[in-house]
Amino acid sequence: MRIIVDRGRCTGIGICESVDPDRFEVAADGSLVLTSDEYGEDEREIVEEAVRSCPAAALKLESVS
Amino acid sequence: MPGGRAQARVGVVTSRLVVVGASLAGLRAVQAARRAGHEGPITLIGSEEHLPYDRPPLSKAYLGATGTPDHFVTEQDLAALEVDLRLGCTAESLDPGRKVVVAAGVDIAYDSLVVATGASPRSAPGIPDLDGIVTLRTLDDANDIRRRLRAGIEVVVVGAGFIGSEIASSVAGRGIGVTLLDAAPVPLVRAVGETVGAALARLHERNGVRLIQGARIVEVGGGGGQVTGVMLATGEWIPADLVVVGVGAAPATAWLGGSGVGLHPADGGLLCDEYLETSVADVYGAGDVTHWPNATFDVTMRLENWTNAADQGGRAGANAVVSRQARTAYSTVPYFWSDWYGSRIQFVGYAAADDVDFVEGGPDDSRFVAFYTSGERLVGVATLNEPRKIMKFRRLIRDRATVTDAKALLASLARPAAGLRAGA
Repeated sequence: MRIIVDRGRCTGIGICESVDPDRFEVAADGSLVLTSDEYGEDEREIVEEAVRSCPAAALKLESVS
Repeated sequence: MPGGRAQARVGVVTSRLVVVGASLAGLRAVQAARRAGHEGPITLIGSEEHLPYDRPPLSKAYLGATGTPDHFVTEQDLAALEVDLRLGCTAESLDPGRKVVVAAGVDIAYDSLVVATGASPRSAPGIPDLDGIVTLRTLDDANDIRRRLRAGIEVVVVGAGFIGSEIASSVAGRGIGVTLLDAAPVPLVRAVGETVGAALARLHERNGVRLIQGARIVEVGGGGGQVTGVMLATGEWIPADLVVVGVGAAPATAWLGGSGVGLHPADGGLLCDEYLETSVADVYGAGDVTHWPNATFDVTMRLENWTNAADQGGRAGANAVVSRQARTAYSTVPYFWSDWYGSRIQFVGYAAADDVDFVEGGPDDSRFVAFYTSGERLVGVATLNEPRKIMKFRRLIRDRATVTDAKALLASLARPAAGLRAGA
């Protein structure tokens, strides 16, 4: 699975970073940086929580074909 | 049902969950109950006519020229979760003996109940009922304010808390004249303490908006039923075509009077335990309406912010449907953000600290980091325009770190020199 960041919606509020700090980090300019946009089944739960936690609904998941 | 199949069957399949309040906390309660495996009927009751929508933008971008409302879900989403959604339906009373909520004159039976009715704007004493005097809580309120905002009018915002300050920033951003009044000598003291409250207050002046602190309104002027301005105790007359009153909100629990549910003597909020259960079995609270003991700080608190409404709603919804032994206590490091004049203000933790110190920048700078400490413990951090730093401290506070740990983390986050960034 892959994480899609909607850059038009993300304002760097950063709740995703507090849920999953190993993957998400807000940069000094407020933009969101991902260490990797793909994740495996073992990471599914924490990634889904991070996606749900976004106040701007800026994160989505899609299957990697 | 979606999300339920993969999880253990911990719910009582025939039980009925009723959630009163169809905003963020109530919606998250419903979604979390399904994720926890609840297969019984769910009813979600909302007093507004709108599908659940996001409130923070209402005082920010939505007051700009081109805002559109952000709905969290569609009717189809809720239908897929098998939620019986009742909008425009106001809860009137609760009878815990019969396990019934009365809403819009109809009995709705529950086995477990989540109360997420939020808070209602407080009214300022001595403000009469004139056209042009408004509050902002709901989408309908925001639409009303948008209709009234037009070039050439004068706006007075009463209350320089976060909502009032965001409104002033949005109005000024449209080139409309606005004056902020606050009764306190320093605004935002309850939210962020005096040191940071005073620093944030300066943002208004720096962006050309007049903030009058310690303002006492002695008269509200009207003509033909329409507000014309306010007179201050100092004798100053401030003309206004629109007065937005933002002096805080009180838990919306009047409908629970006489139900036996324990309410806070000061503000009428729900008194909940660590599992978010009220004094009445199987009745839970979530969101702005809820006082509960937050183990992160060993303090009973009530929070009015997005992050808490979302997380607490989810926890209450799950706790309401799983077995009592399977419930999880709710604790959190509070987090809220606010946007004024293009600046991002962020706060994590608990503001009632022994000491507050600026550790980077200061009250007149365009960026700062302030630490809140109680004894050796870091209990809160406020930042202005430092979005990379704040969340790292949220984790530190959760882990009960000392101020020494926090200073070490801050040093490790020192930004590269400007020359290096420009060359990168």
